[in-house]
Amino acid sequence: MSEYEILRLIWWALLGVLLIGFAIMDGFDLGTAALLPFVARSDVERRVAINTVGPVWEGNQVWFILGGGAIFAAWPALYAASFSGFYLAMILVLATLILRPVGFKFRSKVEDARWRAFWDYALFSGGIVPALVFGVAFGNLFEGVPFGFDADLRFHSTITLLSLLNPFALLCGLVSLSMIVLHGAVWLNLKTTGTVKARAAAVVPFAALVFALLFALAGIWVSQLDGLRIVSALAHDAPSNPLMKTVARAAGGWFANFAAHPALWLTVATAYLGAVMAVVLRRQPGLAFIASALVPLGTIATAGAALFPFLLPSSSEPNASLTVWDASSSRLTLAVMLGVVVLLLPVVLAYTAWVYRVMRGPVRPEDVASKTAY
Amino acid sequence: MDIVELSRLQFAITALYHFLFVPLTIGLSVLLGIMETVYVMTGRPIWRDLVKFWGVLFGINFAMGVATGITMEFQFGTNWAYYSHYVGDVFGAPLAIEGLMAFFLEATFVGLFFFAWDRLSRVQHLFATWTLALGTNLSALWILIANGWMQYPVGARFNVDTMRMEVSDFMAVLFNPVAQAKFVHTVSAGYVTGSVFVLAVSAYYLLRGRHVEFAKRSMTVAASFGIASALSVVVLGDESGYTAGQNQKMKIAAIEAMWNTEPAPASFTVVGLPDLATHTTLYQVKVPWVLGLIATRSVDTPVPGINELVGLAHDRIKNGLIAYETILAIRKAPHDAALRAKLDAHVTDLGYALLLKRQRGDIENATEAQIAQAASSTIPNVPVLFWAFRFMVGFGLWFIALFALAFWLSAKRRLDRHRLFLWAALLSLPLPWLASELGWIVAEYGRQPWAVEDVLPTFLGVSSTDPGNVLFSLIGFVVFYSALLGADLYLLQKYIRLGPDATLGTKEVAA
Repeated sequence: MSEYEILRLIWWALLGVLLIGFAIMDGFDLGTAALLPFVARSDVERRVAINTVGPVWEGNQVWFILGGGAIFAAWPALYAASFSGFYLAMILVLATLILRPVGFKFRSKVEDARWRAFWDYALFSGGIVPALVFGVAFGNLFEGVPFGFDADLRFHSTITLLSLLNPFALLCGLVSLSMIVLHGAVWLNLKTTGTVKARAAAVVPFAALVFALLFALAGIWVSQLDGLRIVSALAHDAPSNPLMKTVARAAGGWFANFAAHPALWLTVATAYLGAVMAVVLRRQPGLAFIASALVPLGTIATAGAALFPFLLPSSSEPNASLTVWDASSSRLTLAVMLGVVVLLLPVVLAYTAWVYRVMRGPVRPEDVASKTAY
Repeated sequence: MDIVELSRLQFAITALYHFLFVPLTIGLSVLLGIMETVYVMTGRPIWRDLVKFWGVLFGINFAMGVATGITMEFQFGTNWAYYSHYVGDVFGAPLAIEGLMAFFLEATFVGLFFFAWDRLSRVQHLFATWTLALGTNLSALWILIANGWMQYPVGARFNVDTMRMEVSDFMAVLFNPVAQAKFVHTVSAGYVTGSVFVLAVSAYYLLRGRHVEFAKRSMTVAASFGIASALSVVVLGDESGYTAGQNQKMKIAAIEAMWNTEPAPASFTVVGLPDLATHTTLYQVKVPWVLGLIATRSVDTPVPGINELVGLAHDRIKNGLIAYETILAIRKAPHDAALRAKLDAHVTDLGYALLLKRQRGDIENATEAQIAQAASSTIPNVPVLFWAFRFMVGFGLWFIALFALAFWLSAKRRLDRHRLFLWAALLSLPLPWLASELGWIVAEYGRQPWAVEDVLPTFLGVSSTDPGNVLFSLIGFVVFYSALLGADLYLLQKYIRLGPDATLGTKEVAA
């Protein structure tokens, strides 16, 4: 394998690490927001739930921002194509995510029931909508979206918001939502006491069951979809030009990698193991949290393993599909950025761990009486 | 309006909105660090209250900065897809590093700053505060390295196989002199903003005779930090002018409304009325030598005027067309080494040929008239730049005067004696925001028609999205951001009026 090929593989894996990092870290605070109206009814309960994520959600959201930046740096063609192609869906996600920083900060700064109810719903939509839309986006990857490039590599597409919201993609959106809700419920079970904790604990088995069923259903549906396969020669260290290959449709093709490498089924097993253990261990919330983190890990890894080497399959011009081999940055940029990640990511993880340690322990109703609480 | 204008308007509005919050975050974060350092060193509780109260205002503003910043990270992809493809190999890297090195730092430690007063020792909390300030400032560094590259695209070359710019020298991108000057200029402007904010709000308290001890201490910190920052803004602004004089001659000429080349040493036009139609500037008041000194740091180098630069652009378009025709030939014969050598010889002007794409897709068939029109399109909006620059500089000089006075009064312990000074401080509150926004207008509007100077025209960078989508998102952002800004201003004035005692639920402790 050439150095460029290895770098592309590493950056494909890092793309997965970032998405999984985002789903695990931001996942529990998105899930907390999505559960807000259900597990926390009085103002104090709401504040308790919000304050469990208050000190940490901001750092978690950086996983999302970093995801954007890293895709830009390592997979510029994917960044350009997916975000402009999914324009309105992306704007919708941004709008609801924008509500989160202000929602957390502004909500409890005014003692007015309507003001607070408004921000509660803003936070709620900031939890539900991104979780759904990211799942919908993944669903559309399996179906392919209609796009291509001209000779100058200018991207064009006929994607609309309605075409993205098709039944299979919505199913994937619900898979994503159930996994986020499960993770959020496990988090609240860990970080609260009393009624909020009890209600959150009751959500756990329900969310795990829904996830398990929907994930299986999505898998069966995928087996009925056409996958894609590169049929021409495509050097793995070729210049990043997505117009140099031929791609063919293959019935059930998204299972080809699993057929060739049965060990990949471990990704599916990880997701299910996580869901089961999150329920089994719900009286030991710390361990249950680790278990429910396995769910997004397994789910995203499953999707990545199935799609490999495709990043963004095209339904209208399959040859223009973006793959690991023709959508990356230059060798030098991938190498420099890998160095940056190797240097900085451990530092980030270290101080993040320290912050969680400082803020350890449940949030109690008396904790939100302070003027600095959210 | 077409997709280009809609996308530009959306980017300009969302960026200018974002920068309403950024400079205050940058400035206040460092001021909080300074105040908390005094608290840890003296142990006096009033200094902790200072940190906590200004921290509440910081937090309200910080949330808006984060909220409006989310859009910025993704808008290159949603609205500027061809830009993202064309320069992502270079431009994406600093953005990703910004996330990894700066955003994680500030976003993680901002949580500790607000929530961990009782969970950390004094020194640990001080560490968290300074780390927050460091993260905030590092984020400015990386975004300005990215922006500096758009102004002065060093360390990269065009790759015909991938049809994009790729990094050739990462260190050159990192240590881009334009980026370094812009970084210090911009963070200093943030420090000025933070200092004016603290000064003005404190002046408001002193005018009403409230929270006197609190306000005087705040003012002293703001005055000493502010005077240093205000001087730094102007000095580094001058450095920016010099670096722009080296590579963005059209921007300098437009700021000066200098239609014809000034013989050395060039004089500086203080005021005048630039006229776009006739390429003249009426009623000019000029100071000899000054422009030559700013732009070239010499007395014997002429500063080229707009008309001469348009002539140069005309030549570069013709040279760029040779590069473009060679690219078309290479597509038919990818392995022809002679063609690739020919491309290398002309590729530096490829961007100029791309200017023609505004008029026709098959630019290799462009007429002489179209080339002339494309050459004229390299002139930015002269009157806007001329006035934006002069107001920005005027405000910058006013801040030096204001902080010098505040510093002198603070040294004499007479901050609360002069109502005229207090009113001047209070009324200066909006000025740093105006100056910052004008500065970005000079920097970015003055870069037009380029997204990346001499490399990629702005209009070419847009996504091929349905204009209706962009109109929808543009209106949505304006309405949405305005509502959020309303809530932000409401909360800021609410807590400023409440004052430190009621906000923190503490009694003011006389030192």
